[in-house]
Amino acid sequence: MSNENMLSRRGLFMKIGMLFNGLVAIALAFPIVRFLLSSVTRGRGHAYLSWVTLGRVSEFPEGETRLATFQNPYVMPTDGKTVDTACWVRRIEGDQFQVFAVNCAHLGCPVRWFPQSGLFMCPCHGGAYYRDGSRASGPPERGLFEYPHKIENGLITIQAGELPTPGLSAGLTGKKPPCV
Amino acid sequence: MRIISQIGEWFDGRLQLAAPVREAAAHQVPRSTASWWYVFGSAALTVFLLQLVTGILLALMYVPSASEAWSSLQALNHDVTLGWFIRALHGWGSNFMVAIVLIHMVQVFLFGAYKFPRELTWIVGVFLLLMTLGMAFSGQVLRFDQDAYWGISIGASIASRVPVVGPMIVNVMLGGPIIAGATLSRFFALHVFVIPGMLIGFAGLHLLMVLKLGINEWPMPGRLVKRATYVSEYHELTKKDGAPFVPYAIWKDLFFAAFILMAVAACALYFGPFGPTGRPDPTIIQTVPKPDYFFLWLYALLSLLPPSLETPALLIGPVLVIIGLLLLPFLSGEGEKSWRRRPIAVLTVLLIAITLGTFTHLAGFTPWSPHMNAWSGDPVPERFLHGATALQRQGALVFQAKQCRNCHSLGELGGQRGPALDSVAVRLTQDQLIRQVIQGGGNMPAYGKNLSPAETTALVAFLETLHPAGQAPARDAARDIVLKESGTNP
Repeated sequence: MSNENMLSRRGLFMKIGMLFNGLVAIALAFPIVRFLLSSVTRGRGHAYLSWVTLGRVSEFPEGETRLATFQNPYVMPTDGKTVDTACWVRRIEGDQFQVFAVNCAHLGCPVRWFPQSGLFMCPCHGGAYYRDGSRASGPPERGLFEYPHKIENGLITIQAGELPTPGLSAGLTGKKPPCV
Repeated sequence: MRIISQIGEWFDGRLQLAAPVREAAAHQVPRSTASWWYVFGSAALTVFLLQLVTGILLALMYVPSASEAWSSLQALNHDVTLGWFIRALHGWGSNFMVAIVLIHMVQVFLFGAYKFPRELTWIVGVFLLLMTLGMAFSGQVLRFDQDAYWGISIGASIASRVPVVGPMIVNVMLGGPIIAGATLSRFFALHVFVIPGMLIGFAGLHLLMVLKLGINEWPMPGRLVKRATYVSEYHELTKKDGAPFVPYAIWKDLFFAAFILMAVAACALYFGPFGPTGRPDPTIIQTVPKPDYFFLWLYALLSLLPPSLETPALLIGPVLVIIGLLLLPFLSGEGEKSWRRRPIAVLTVLLIAITLGTFTHLAGFTPWSPHMNAWSGDPVPERFLHGATALQRQGALVFQAKQCRNCHSLGELGGQRGPALDSVAVRLTQDQLIRQVIQGGGNMPAYGKNLSPAETTALVAFLETLHPAGQAPARDAARDIVLKESGTNP
């Protein structure tokens, strides 16, 4: 008792108690962080992506660009209409296709196709793209996002499942603007 | 009466709160602080309390599910007695809260109240501002309509630009690969539990420091803040020229708080609730998403920044602004408090206010966006076609059908993305017009692949007629000479 630096019995218990709490906190932190990051870990390696059928090739006339819709492959019970997704399908000729995301490559507003002027226009910040998806004008730094697609048994199928963003998490391609 | 005071005493014997509350109420404040300039902090708190109450009321009916949120808002608007009014109070309350918090901040800045020893009060205040903006954005998401859906899409696009971890941040923010049920649920948790919890804690801390450190005295030009002497000077001031906070100063807070609540209620009653706009169905792309008013300036900024500057400005800009705000009390923690002797402070506030005001004003009519329906909705005014040749009329048709009107106006009608073309022939010669149409440039797409030579000829013939009556169209003098010498008819 005379030496104040000496650790008392209760003091030791308190320190052990704190250590004990720290260990339990670390142990609990693992599941908590895993839970919080579940949406990241689940999508590792493009696991969210899968092939989705848009329809018969014959539904898309040659030389035209049409809006097609599909259901996002990853669905949760409370998603409602939000899993319905739109995309622009351009049939160049024969089996030559381009499938564009409606999400503007600038900040993700839905672009609209204007066949008369052959442009995709964005209503938000004024981005415009040519019929082949390349950047025409406005703030986008690149062309429209393009879904990888394939044609099998007369059906057009695209690889989709993630929100296309400029960070390009999904396996989306798209032309960057040429250096001018 | 005796029973009431006995009950009071019974409680206070256990709570022991009466003494500290009485002390807080009676604490001396400088008489000069009983001013109408010092009412914004308490007004912000009042509106926050209104938001808490109306928010809880809305939560009684609102369903935070992507499949039902929109319908539950419709039910609140149309089926539940006075549901529309509670929604309107909450929506207008949020607008007022952002505005009052900003006014409070400007007042504190201009009155030098962030200086020693109130640095931490300011820093906590900066976090309170950020949380208020966080509440505003997450609240806009809970109004789960088309604007909300595409607003998150914009938020995700911004977040995705963070180097390396951008896509991961997007997945965490959305709670999955796309904007869907999990997204709404997590914004609900943020808006209803996380941010309000922090707001209550931080607001309590903020208020506690106001009580402990005293209300900032009215700044007198020439009375400088020095770390060594300020505290004793302040105490002397409150002793010599002080008055108890209650009732000397608080009556103005009470009047203003009631006035603000009345203003919120009047706006709610007159203008009604915000939205919801269209159903959040991503396949409906005929929509023009727009943020709520406090983010309109950002909407304008994102349209006007050069593309190469955008990512750095989006990712570094906010960090710099927040660091600047947090460092402010350390960079100028002493010295002059009065705005009369701080011209740079006043100019900074004016510059920021004018900038934000201009951007907000521009976002009201979005001159940078094409008018999606101008080509079909705004006809070429008749006067541009009087006495026109067949070719020129054909050109006017091409002009309309190729949607030039979406970006170019004629007779004040049409888009403002490109220049108005009422007098384009004065500015550009025939050759320049042809070049501009075919190759584009200066933010105009090239139409070469989309116009036949005949269409281009007709279009340019029409554009050449667009000049004021008394003013000749632009003409390349050299061209006339060359054509004359070669014997071709110009």
